Amino acid sequence: MSAEIEYTNLAGISGPLIFVDGVRGVGYGDIVEIRGTSDEIRIGQTLEVDEQRAVVQVFEGTSGLSVRGTRVTFVGRALEIPVDRNMLGRVFDGLGRPIDGAPQVITDRMMNVNGLPINPWSREYPRDFIQTGISAIDGMNTLIRGQKLPIFSGSGLPHNRIAAQIARQAKILTAEEEFTVIFAAMGVKFDVARFFIDSLEESGVLTHSAIFLSLADAPSIERLVTPKTALTLAEYLAFEEGMHVLVILTDMTNYCEALRELSSSRGEIPSRKGYPGYLYSDLASIYERAGRLKGGRGSITQMPILTMPSDDISHPVPDLTGYITEGQIVLERELFNKGIYPPIAGLPSLSRLMKDGIGAGRTRKDHGQVAAQLFASYAKVKRIRSLAAIVGEEELSGLDKIYLKFGTAFEEVFLRQDYLENRSIEQTLEIGWKMLSLLPRDELYRIAREDIQRYYLPQKEAM
Amino acid sequence: MDEILTGKVIVVNGPIVQAVGLTGIKMFDIAEVGPHRLIGEVIRLNGAIAIIQVYEDNTGLKPGDEVMSYTRPLSVLLGPGLIANIYDGIQRPLVGISEVCGSYIRKGIKLSPLDENRKWEFQPLVQPGTDVREGTILGEIRESPLVMHRLLVPPGIYGRLTGIVHGGDYTIKDDIYTVETGAGKYTGKLAAYWPVRKPRPSRNRKKPLVPLITGQRIIDTFFPIARGGTAAIPGGFGTGKTMTQHALAKWCNADIIVYIGCGERGNEMTDVLTDFPKLIDERNGRPLIERTVMIANTSNMPVPAREVSIYTGVTIAEYYRDMGYSVAVMADSTSRWAEALRELSSRLGDMPAEEGFPPYLATRLAEFYERAGLVETLSGRDGDITIVGAVSPPGGDFSEPVTQHTSRFVRCFWALDKMLADARHYPSISWIDSYTEYLTEIEDWWKNLDQEWLTVRNDVMNILLEDHRLEQVVKLVGSDALPPAEQYTLFCAEMIKNAFLQQNSFDPEDKFCSPEKQLKLLKGLLILYKKGLELVQAGLAVKDIAALEVVAGIVRLKSEIPNQEFNRIDEYINKMEQELIALKPSSGGR
Repeated sequence: MSAEIEYTNLAGISGPLIFVDGVRGVGYGDIVEIRGTSDEIRIGQTLEVDEQRAVVQVFEGTSGLSVRGTRVTFVGRALEIPVDRNMLGRVFDGLGRPIDGAPQVITDRMMNVNGLPINPWSREYPRDFIQTGISAIDGMNTLIRGQKLPIFSGSGLPHNRIAAQIARQAKILTAEEEFTVIFAAMGVKFDVARFFIDSLEESGVLTHSAIFLSLADAPSIERLVTPKTALTLAEYLAFEEGMHVLVILTDMTNYCEALRELSSSRGEIPSRKGYPGYLYSDLASIYERAGRLKGGRGSITQMPILTMPSDDISHPVPDLTGYITEGQIVLERELFNKGIYPPIAGLPSLSRLMKDGIGAGRTRKDHGQVAAQLFASYAKVKRIRSLAAIVGEEELSGLDKIYLKFGTAFEEVFLRQDYLENRSIEQTLEIGWKMLSLLPRDELYRIAREDIQRYYLPQKEAM
Repeated sequence: MDEILTGKVIVVNGPIVQAVGLTGIKMFDIAEVGPHRLIGEVIRLNGAIAIIQVYEDNTGLKPGDEVMSYTRPLSVLLGPGLIANIYDGIQRPLVGISEVCGSYIRKGIKLSPLDENRKWEFQPLVQPGTDVREGTILGEIRESPLVMHRLLVPPGIYGRLTGIVHGGDYTIKDDIYTVETGAGKYTGKLAAYWPVRKPRPSRNRKKPLVPLITGQRIIDTFFPIARGGTAAIPGGFGTGKTMTQHALAKWCNADIIVYIGCGERGNEMTDVLTDFPKLIDERNGRPLIERTVMIANTSNMPVPAREVSIYTGVTIAEYYRDMGYSVAVMADSTSRWAEALRELSSRLGDMPAEEGFPPYLATRLAEFYERAGLVETLSGRDGDITIVGAVSPPGGDFSEPVTQHTSRFVRCFWALDKMLADARHYPSISWIDSYTEYLTEIEDWWKNLDQEWLTVRNDVMNILLEDHRLEQVVKLVGSDALPPAEQYTLFCAEMIKNAFLQQNSFDPEDKFCSPEKQLKLLKGLLILYKKGLELVQAGLAVKDIAALEVVAGIVRLKSEIPNQEFNRIDEYINKMEQELIALKPSSGGR
């Protein structure tokens, strides 16, 4: 086919983009091989084609490329990576090429990294409770197998530790099944990647994990393809091999910045904060690659991590992410400064799939109401605290003072736990009841009477 | 009659394709693009160049590829079999697609939206030889146990019915009737195409006077919507837009629900798909799916099809309206639709208006909401469409263009509040920022139930407004510094929030609250306020009233007393009144 013609010389270079003139038979989204003077092959993808010109984004970046002498070949298909079970236990770059010194993956199964949209009819609604052993998550923001639940963090907050703890502790109550972990790092520092690799190794899951690294020193444009390669392997393992895959993507803010960089070098009209207008659709094409399929055994659970620039949850990246994902775990600097680990914010955190994954036969009948009551009571604590800041604690009513006591206990006993502490859901609910029993019975208006009868602790025991 | 045009692609820029050679093609005609014959629509004509937006993934498309067109506008197929079905934005059946190509949607798939082999039992209602006109009801089909499908003479057809089949089983391919019109013979089938961007005609519009009962207390009592009305639900992420839309789709008393998942999550549609066949409508004992049509163009499906999905949905709604039904359209979310417009307009190089949105955003929104309304249909029956659109403002900021423009074209505004959602107070509709313009129109309906309705509603609303004002003061000085009467107002407002406004959509009794029960609860709370206030003014301490078990128990009435037994609320309130009267003001005041 004409697609194999090699073109020499470029019409121009702008940021991560190159322009090739006089091309024929080039398709939109086709993969491109670029050879500079050094003969090293770079991979790119066409973004726009007309009868004369193709616009190509170069994943490895354009540094060192010259307009003269650069040779370009249009491969005539979209970017594909090999997929195989043997990729577990290995480390790859953002384009899926091994970087651990071990040989190439031998397989004839190739998959398009862009994937295909899942037919909503073919999805199975996720309902299996995953016990993470972290009370703030299990009790109040339950993670469900097949969910996409991001961690909204800020710089310096322990999001990596929390993700690592979840990867280590996560289990399904009904069956002894293990998670396969796929870890994709976009634009993070080597230490962060090292931390994950080490903690996966310590917990013994490294041998059945796959790691995709596009670190801070790699060209920013490579970050755009990294989550897609990782998810392509995840889809293969989950939906063809029937595995349960937990995909950790860090840091999505870096991904979005790479997208903004690309958009700006294409001269597109920016929307909020310079991010392109299609950021929502682009993020959706990543996050929606989670879930379960009807009749399939496997699942993909996604845990993207993103840092909110200056802890601003209304920044486009967390904002659009929150609109797509099924809830969010928000880390709070105030709790972190109090020395509480994990500093999971009580109120803005949410799991949308929780309602159908908990309750009688799944966790415990009172789970939903306990969570609702804890949220409602803690919201009241927050109101009373801001009042106390103005009028002084002494001026508060007796009930308000009880609430303050509840609030402190909630943070110190319920939220706080050790990095190595793995609580069962019964333990979490037990602690929850202990907290609620600090409040008068009448304040527990979100809980059915019979459950109060059964679980409410006499004052002495609650203290 | 259709002419086939062919041309070739010259530019591919994402889903926007330029083609030449299609001489004679019209705006909004369908074009089939490239070797996969991807479906596209002509959205702009520029000299010899036709600009086409492609509704499917077009990677691999090359300049030089063929484009063809039958010069037909983008249309939906309307006929029996829509109910309980799920479609993508351009009405491709998702169930059929999954049978052909598995769990993923491959490109270039073409399937009939309606099952062409299924036999429907058709019962004619008119005799041959009758004069018929557009809208005449020719016969009926039992489409689902809840929906009697009516076959109407299509708009624009007048004349003598020269033939109609006998009662029996027919497919949508079979000829059913012939009409001798002035311009020749018209042969009709059970199904017909209609262009999505063209509203279906009706005789005239009427003033909506009946509320759409949603079973959600804050909506029905405080911010009601009329059948044929328009409402917007704006809210940042996590405030419960989709939950509210689901609750409305489940429990509102429309005959037909069209649920449009526009650029939202795949699992949310799956939730509807798994829930609705199991949920039983109390009013008729049938599963909710039997009155529901679903359009799912989730966020990861092609963006241009998202733009057209709301038109597909509203056209289907108009089709059932024309049969004389009350239809409710849930569009979740109109912001994603607006973003699709923005994305496409930016690829076309349009000069942007606010925040990159095209200048025609407001016009498009207005056109969409204008398709709602109560009308006298062509058949002479009344039919109505209520549109409820979710809006997803970036950062939860209501000053952004989509929320602002939408609020100009809707008459009901159910603003979701992040603070309420954080406290898990659902539905998190703010009683301060929301409004409705239908109150006077639907007042008479409620007055049939109880003459005092509006007074009671306004009295309770005033307690909430007073509470909101007092909260500002409390933030500065604390509640103990307020006079006892105002402290009591705060207490009652808290009771109203917990016993009335907050509603648990997973509680078997509380998920749907009948108008009668709403009224009883509301009156009970007002009695608590009035009686208690007298006592407090006479020197009784607020905490003594709050300490009564019968007072605290009001919070549980919503889930402990079933809808049918609403009169038990009166007994309860009487008992409460007795106990209140029995309280003796203590000498010490508060």
